[in-house]
Amino acid sequence: MSFFKRLRESIASKTEAVTSKFKEGLAKTRSLLTDRVAELFTRRSKIDEAFFEELEEILIGADVGVNTVMELIDDLRDEVKKRKIDQPAELQPILSEKLMDMLRGSGEDAALKTNPDGITVILFVGVNGVGKTTTIGKLAWRFKQQGKTVLMAAGDTFRAGAIEQLEVWGQRTGVDVIRQEAGSDPAAVMFDAVQEAKRRGVDVLLCDTAGRLQNKANLMEELAKIHRVIQREIPGAPHETLLVLDAATGQNALQQAKLFGEKSGVTGLVLTKLDGTAKGGIVIAIRNEMALPVKFVGLGEKMDDLQEFDAEQFVHALFAGLAGNPEETEEN
Amino acid sequence: MAFEGLTSRLQNVFGKLRGRGKLTEEDVNEAMREVRLALLEADVNFKVVKDFIAKVKEKAVGQEVMKSFTPAMVVIDIVNKELTELMGGTQAKLVKANKPPTVVLMAGLQGAGKTTLTGKLANLLKKENQKPLLVAGDIYRPAAIKQLEVLGGQIGVPVFTLGDQVSPVEIAKQGVQKAKDEGLDYVLIDTAGRLQIDEALMEEIKQIHDAVDPDEVLLVVDAMTGQEAVNVAQSFHEKLALTGVVLTKLDGDTRGGAALSVKAVTGCPIKFASTGEKIDQLEAFHPDRMASRILGMGDMLSLIEKAQAGIDAEKAAEMERKMRTAEFTLEDFLEQMEQVRKMGPLDQLLDMMPGMGKLKSMPNFKVDEKQIARTEAIVKSMTRQEKLKPELINFSRRKRIAAGSGTTVADVNRLLRQFEDMKKMMKQFSGLMGPGGKGPKGGMKALKQMLGKGGKGGMKFPF
Repeated sequence: MSFFKRLRESIASKTEAVTSKFKEGLAKTRSLLTDRVAELFTRRSKIDEAFFEELEEILIGADVGVNTVMELIDDLRDEVKKRKIDQPAELQPILSEKLMDMLRGSGEDAALKTNPDGITVILFVGVNGVGKTTTIGKLAWRFKQQGKTVLMAAGDTFRAGAIEQLEVWGQRTGVDVIRQEAGSDPAAVMFDAVQEAKRRGVDVLLCDTAGRLQNKANLMEELAKIHRVIQREIPGAPHETLLVLDAATGQNALQQAKLFGEKSGVTGLVLTKLDGTAKGGIVIAIRNEMALPVKFVGLGEKMDDLQEFDAEQFVHALFAGLAGNPEETEEN
Repeated sequence: MAFEGLTSRLQNVFGKLRGRGKLTEEDVNEAMREVRLALLEADVNFKVVKDFIAKVKEKAVGQEVMKSFTPAMVVIDIVNKELTELMGGTQAKLVKANKPPTVVLMAGLQGAGKTTLTGKLANLLKKENQKPLLVAGDIYRPAAIKQLEVLGGQIGVPVFTLGDQVSPVEIAKQGVQKAKDEGLDYVLIDTAGRLQIDEALMEEIKQIHDAVDPDEVLLVVDAMTGQEAVNVAQSFHEKLALTGVVLTKLDGDTRGGAALSVKAVTGCPIKFASTGEKIDQLEAFHPDRMASRILGMGDMLSLIEKAQAGIDAEKAAEMERKMRTAEFTLEDFLEQMEQVRKMGPLDQLLDMMPGMGKLKSMPNFKVDEKQIARTEAIVKSMTRQEKLKPELINFSRRKRIAAGSGTTVADVNRLLRQFEDMKKMMKQFSGLMGPGGKGPKGGMKALKQMLGKGGKGGMKFPF
């Protein structure tokens, strides 16, 4: 059975769970990347240096990390030699499969980890302006919809207006915010929030932190301290530390994943602003090099514009244009 | 995974071909592959890279390789010059309208740093004795108005707001009118972040633009932006006719290739670079420095400038003499440390030195500001005699010094040992530099040696 047939069937069997929002949000990503890929595969009639070069450019243009792209292209070159392929169309499924494998990783860590017998603590980290506070607001709404009790901790005591921003989200979603004055020690805010969460016996505690660039040693130490305080007050917490990434970020995202990982034990990614034309391809590189899964994607500014990341949906949406005509692919 | 600087990359490429007179086309092609990778890793848009490489290739073929230069240096020189030129001259000035107020409109994606930048720019203008007005035009993001109000409060600049229920077009119009009525010099209009494909919001900012007819339209771009920078810049430029660009978050470890992409697409000068979260951390943009940063060659120029600003020239000359003659005492050591600290946080300084970024990522290498403070405390706990003649320091003195500085005898021992090592090293250098040795050149050589040793794990910082 061809790769695309399998893919199609596995997707069909998943009912129509592919939400329209997800599709819509990804439409731009999809059309830009896949149209170009599809076009490349049909236009080119033979596999030569120019073909590889163009493929490389398309992938790099999607921010799929230079190293990862080089690896991928090298692999494809080997496949071409090994299988004696000379038609680009034959290479197409191999490329798709490789990308899928990269995105999926082992595939077991995709779901959000929760604490079955107590408070689930989720810590949000990331550089400035990626959308941490917004993501927390959306996630609070999401948990609320699931009938969970939620509390938010205003850990960004640095940026002007950050506490107020979270409070607005609190009002919108009907979730309480634990806060102190601007400029206070964020670790102390976390301590308070954890105590309050325990006292109320809430299901989920969402912890905001100030945006920080990963090369600022002192700010990264502050983050490590926040992490320690939470860990000390609730053993096993935070159950997830999510690195929030702006989909428009380039190669620097790898550096972010690495350094935030070292200081705060990042367990997953949230990819925001994917409703733009930014392709967010760097998550493929991060998944490939650091085995960090994407847990959520942000697709807009409204409360329900946060979707669980489903690698299969993502790839399906990404390659919809290709999977649509498997017969042609086979004929070639 | 860490980025390798272009310098070392090209040196690898050219390692085998020393002593050639001219660069052949083949040499250049080989080098250009590395240049291309370096630029792509720095997030320069692939189309921009392509054009750039084609241009450089033409210039590089047939270049004479001078005796004093390796082929790698020749290529880097060409690339660097082209890159600098492409990024344009320094124009770190806001335009000033003939008839005040000068209207400045901010535009950009969400999270680029518009509101913070608006505050910083107002601060800068205020320092130049101008009277700015901040206009809170972001009615969408929760607490964006509040954020601008806090910033305005910090720097003592008025903020004009009509709350978040009035259209931003109206807010902007009334804001400009208010500035006119009160005879203010500048109006800085903050706007909500928007995706360049969001037609409704792009139309809105166009209307703001048409309503206030700004003298300056600044696109605020996150320096970490990837390939997308091109699309963003293009769309905003088409809609608003940008007059300048501001790069934010340049204090991160991104190579910032987006700068080149944006410049190539819009042709607008990059007017400012934002380099920190504090309100005064806004700097003029330097194309040459950005060029070497994109190429991964560190930021030696900034470092030299910082050193010039921070270090007393006379003291430096005296210090150099002492180092040369190995008359260096602990007292000098202390003074030198203070001078270095004046230049800024040590890890930032290291970032600016070529190759040092790599050193920093080594597991055993850590810059600990606290450690420097401890070292200072130890030296300060010594008597003057002890500082001049460390060999005087016996065990009981060590105990006293440790107690005085709140450290342990082991710490004191370590410091003294490191100081001795350092002195030995200096003696070796003094031979290298020679009595009349020209400062900077010899100094660089010495530094290189130190760094070379560092590679083998032999170098210890005295602090």
